[in-house]
Amino acid sequence: MRLPSGGRVDRSAPVRFTLDDVEYTGFAGDTLASAMIANGVLTVAPSLYLRRPRGIVTAGIEEPNALVQVDGEPSLTATTVELVDGLSASTLSGIGRLEPGPAAVHDEKAVHDKKYAHTDVLVVGGGPAGLAAALAASSGGARVMLVDDQPELGGSLLSDASPSPWVASAAAELAARPEVRVLSRATAFGYYDSNYVLVAQKRRLWHVRARRVVLATGAHERPIVFGDNDLPGIMSASAVRTYVNRYAVLPGREVVVLTADDSAYATAFDLTAAGANVVAILDTRTEPPADLAARAMSLGITVSPDQVVRRASGSSRITGVSTRDGWLDCDLLAVSGGWNPVVHLFSQSRGTVRWDDGLAAFVPDVAAQANRVVGAANGVYDLADCLAEGAAAGGEAAELVGYPGAAPELPSVARRNATPPGPLWQAPDDPSRCFVDLQRDATVADVLRATGAGMRSPEHVKRYTTIGTGADQGRTSNVVALGVIASALGLDSPGELGTTTFRAPYAPVSFALMAGRNRGALHDPVRTTAIHPWHVEAGAVFEDVGHWKRPRYYPHAGEDMDAAVLRECHAARTGVGVQDASTLGKIEVVGADAGEFLNRMYTNAFKKLAVGSARYGMMCRADGMVFDDGVTMRLAEDRFYVTTTTGGAARVLDWFEEWAQTEWPSLDVKFTSVTEQWCTVAVVGPKSRAVIGRLAPSLDVSAEAFGFMTFRDTVLHNGIPARIARISFSGELAYEVNVASWYGLAVWRAVLEAGADFDITPYGTETMHVLRAEKGFPIVGQDTDGTVTPHDLGMSWIVSKQKDFVGKRSLRRPDAVRPDRKHLVGLLPVEPDVVLPEGSQLIAPGTPLTPPVPMLGHVTSSYRSAVLERSFALALVKGGRDRIGETVLAPLGDRLVEATVTEPVFYDKEGARRDG
Amino acid sequence: MLLIRCPWCGEREETEFHYGGQAHVAYPPDPEAMTDAEWAEYLFFRDNPKGVFAERWVHSAGCRRWFNTLRDTVTSEFVEEAR
Amino acid sequence: MTVESLRRSPLADHPLVSGSGVRLVEIPFLTAVNVQGAPGFPTPPASGVAAWGERSVLWLGPEEWLVVGPDGDTFDLPGGVDVSANRTTIELSGPNARDVLEKGCTLDLHPRAFGAGRCAQTTLARSQVLLWQTSNAPVYRLMVRGSFAHYLADWLTDAAQEYL
Repeated sequence: MRLPSGGRVDRSAPVRFTLDDVEYTGFAGDTLASAMIANGVLTVAPSLYLRRPRGIVTAGIEEPNALVQVDGEPSLTATTVELVDGLSASTLSGIGRLEPGPAAVHDEKAVHDKKYAHTDVLVVGGGPAGLAAALAASSGGARVMLVDDQPELGGSLLSDASPSPWVASAAAELAARPEVRVLSRATAFGYYDSNYVLVAQKRRLWHVRARRVVLATGAHERPIVFGDNDLPGIMSASAVRTYVNRYAVLPGREVVVLTADDSAYATAFDLTAAGANVVAILDTRTEPPADLAARAMSLGITVSPDQVVRRASGSSRITGVSTRDGWLDCDLLAVSGGWNPVVHLFSQSRGTVRWDDGLAAFVPDVAAQANRVVGAANGVYDLADCLAEGAAAGGEAAELVGYPGAAPELPSVARRNATPPGPLWQAPDDPSRCFVDLQRDATVADVLRATGAGMRSPEHVKRYTTIGTGADQGRTSNVVALGVIASALGLDSPGELGTTTFRAPYAPVSFALMAGRNRGALHDPVRTTAIHPWHVEAGAVFEDVGHWKRPRYYPHAGEDMDAAVLRECHAARTGVGVQDASTLGKIEVVGADAGEFLNRMYTNAFKKLAVGSARYGMMCRADGMVFDDGVTMRLAEDRFYVTTTTGGAARVLDWFEEWAQTEWPSLDVKFTSVTEQWCTVAVVGPKSRAVIGRLAPSLDVSAEAFGFMTFRDTVLHNGIPARIARISFSGELAYEVNVASWYGLAVWRAVLEAGADFDITPYGTETMHVLRAEKGFPIVGQDTDGTVTPHDLGMSWIVSKQKDFVGKRSLRRPDAVRPDRKHLVGLLPVEPDVVLPEGSQLIAPGTPLTPPVPMLGHVTSSYRSAVLERSFALALVKGGRDRIGETVLAPLGDRLVEATVTEPVFYDKEGARRDG
Repeated sequence: MLLIRCPWCGEREETEFHYGGQAHVAYPPDPEAMTDAEWAEYLFFRDNPKGVFAERWVHSAGCRRWFNTLRDTVTSEFVEEAR
Repeated sequence: MTVESLRRSPLADHPLVSGSGVRLVEIPFLTAVNVQGAPGFPTPPASGVAAWGERSVLWLGPEEWLVVGPDGDTFDLPGGVDVSANRTTIELSGPNARDVLEKGCTLDLHPRAFGAGRCAQTTLARSQVLLWQTSNAPVYRLMVRGSFAHYLADWLTDAAQEYL
């Protein structure tokens, strides 16, 4: 029920909401949980496995029970959901289902965003220690970020009956400082290397780099394990106090307080002030704190020392407890089993934790990064100490980042000597009714089963029992479980076991938030050439090559890919075709030693290549395996223009830089990527000379004047400067027209115009692949896979015997000269209409088909050929060159088809066609 | 994610770099004179220490310069960066 | 008809948004020459930009610079490589320009760390850019490879929505 006065809710702003289709009203400032309690609803969905009734336990992020689905978003905790008008929630039993809701939380249009932030000091936690730290850190002008998961700063201070005015003044002071950024409703959930901290807000994921971090993440109250300790109406004592003071709601009227430490006394006092009847304070310790006990007595509350609850009673809600020496009626049991410092982020940062016997808790020990832990997170619970420690850490951080400032004003708070807690890990009751992990429905009996099976490591017990693996990641159960394990093993304390590993994320993070803007069309970059708009208009079908969109073929009306490719191939072999080859990687290699450098990189020689000439080259890695290939032109004595495969541009540049910088720094050679500087239009086929002649009228295109593998700088008829090379990747007479890419589209159109009366035919990558495969030209990355040498490809002619080059020595390693290495060969399916699927495994005839079936190799490229009027393929086959003429078998559907091994060159073996 | 200090550009995110493995493994002056075993040693064998490791990085999305570092493989902390 | 009229910039006909907080425009056809080795011009400090008449010299790395001039500028520098058509330039300005960049750029762009006359080769979203701040207003120039220009323009447009 709602108390008549008090609290931080706005009574002038009623808020309507529904829970499980029932309408309720709360106030602005409520959480869903506090509004539920205000309406007398304490019970949530039954437990996941045992279907036991469960209720709200906590008032914060550590909540194990009160899972809800809110407006389509599953697995939220009612204790952290801010109440807004029209909110629609349903209770969940441990598991939710992602579905689009009316408020469109997961609507396709919901924008999630990402933000990179840099700060001198990051303070995590806006409670007393964090506030003091942020004030101290920022007073000298350092850039400070304060991250807090609540709608307002103050942390535990907001749970006081009348919070100190210092909270508001501190918040105002921080807001007024220009270099301070306060993130509210923000959860720091991951702490990675070099002080990289991820912070989740509802719609924004912050990537924060901080020079110093101050962790003021507070502490979570522990439960106590006794019989039926999961009944609705059993709550964390500090949560009860928060509900009473901060939200002005009363979770129960007849209250028993069970505590192992001092903090729950304040709950009893505030409950009494709010009009509840505190039946008794049951203290586990033989000597409860005298000052607090005296105050309790004065309020008429009985304090019983050395106590325990054996079992709670009730069916859907607690009605009473049996204690060591009797029975007490109640409708609310407020429990404090002591406190666990929230060491998750510190532990994620690779800081170590240690067990503190005095505090009966794991506390931070040795930091591994530039951070400090302060306040309750550091096991410091006295308010005055928290404030002082926060201020000191903030001041220290300011000084370390070079912005020392004045110490902040802190509220004057009296120190109190706390009585050490008396941890109680489990009450003597039926272990199968004593719950350790409420979300996992795991009991002491489960733990005993694990330890009885011989497990000692908490990591093993965790996996066996699933304790700590729920959405709450064991925030309330972990240390309790360690206590139970320790008792079962006869150890003195959980400290002897150590903890399980704390991993990110500290709180659940949605995939939508992680994806941010990288979805839909922006999921991955799409690279396009300058001619791309034409391809789109022409109805090209595209394929992805790396990030590039390349036209695969240009279907005419009614054509499928096979028909289009046959037509395009036919045009290139008999008339003229044109392809956008702009995606090839391009690197200018400049310097007096450029030729020497290329000599060392390529298997063949480049040093003596004449200016004005071009040469095909192949590169190996140091292990002798083919790495990339392409044509290189010599522009001047000290200048080469290297082309790479489309996919290899970046790695070849990296490769060049690596060898030039790290192995041969004395060579005068520099590299510049010019991939997008140039657009390349390939003009291919017997009629290409005529087209180029029209395009570049000032150029003598005769075979004598413009030989194969040479290039000319010229000016096209429309005034565009161009570099035209006679290069062929198809075996046909062919040219490549290179122009500054901003002229690319104009030149493409000019080529089409010049070839119009030859019915010039644009073709895509599929036709390019067929044309080159008919000639047996391999494609690096398709016909090679990083285990193929130039010799395997049958290209020994390109391997220099005179000079050293990267990979040369590897070519005579024993493995590189094995006779049964896979060779690139041709395959002709015996049935000429059968196109073998690329990747098909090949076996020898007569091979028994009982696994493991010995494989001979596989098909790397396979097409239908217009000019051969049949199918053909390239394949890597063991000892393939010694099998020419033999038959191999390939699976096709559920049958085996025969293919004949051939030389890899199928068309124009003499090379007569390249001169037109 | 590591923050790596490029000796030329300053601190940048790990995503701007490529890793180059162990430092100071020079290309042999005369590979042809080496035995298969010696060549295999150069090609394939690298140290993998627990602790400080001399390694190479390249600032590939930045200045494209290779540099050497000393990094503790336990903590991923860079002890030193050198041009 | 001049030959220049046949040019088409990567973002020709590609919509770029502008609003109260952010303004995006393409500056096409800037002349750019990559120089490594011995410079024949004033050189900036690391990560900086120097003026050379109406040209700007951008630091790319040790002994590597990009000399940027207006459209049509011509100069011959020993060892230089013409990269004018390699990239296009997107100018991003307005009071929220930095906010937009911070959605995809990992660099610290706070005035204490970056400002007018600074440049950096880095990544923005998932493309590489040469980021050059020309004014503390702030005004940034993003020099991006032509093939990535559409992607980056779309990303910027998307990221800028809340500031229009």
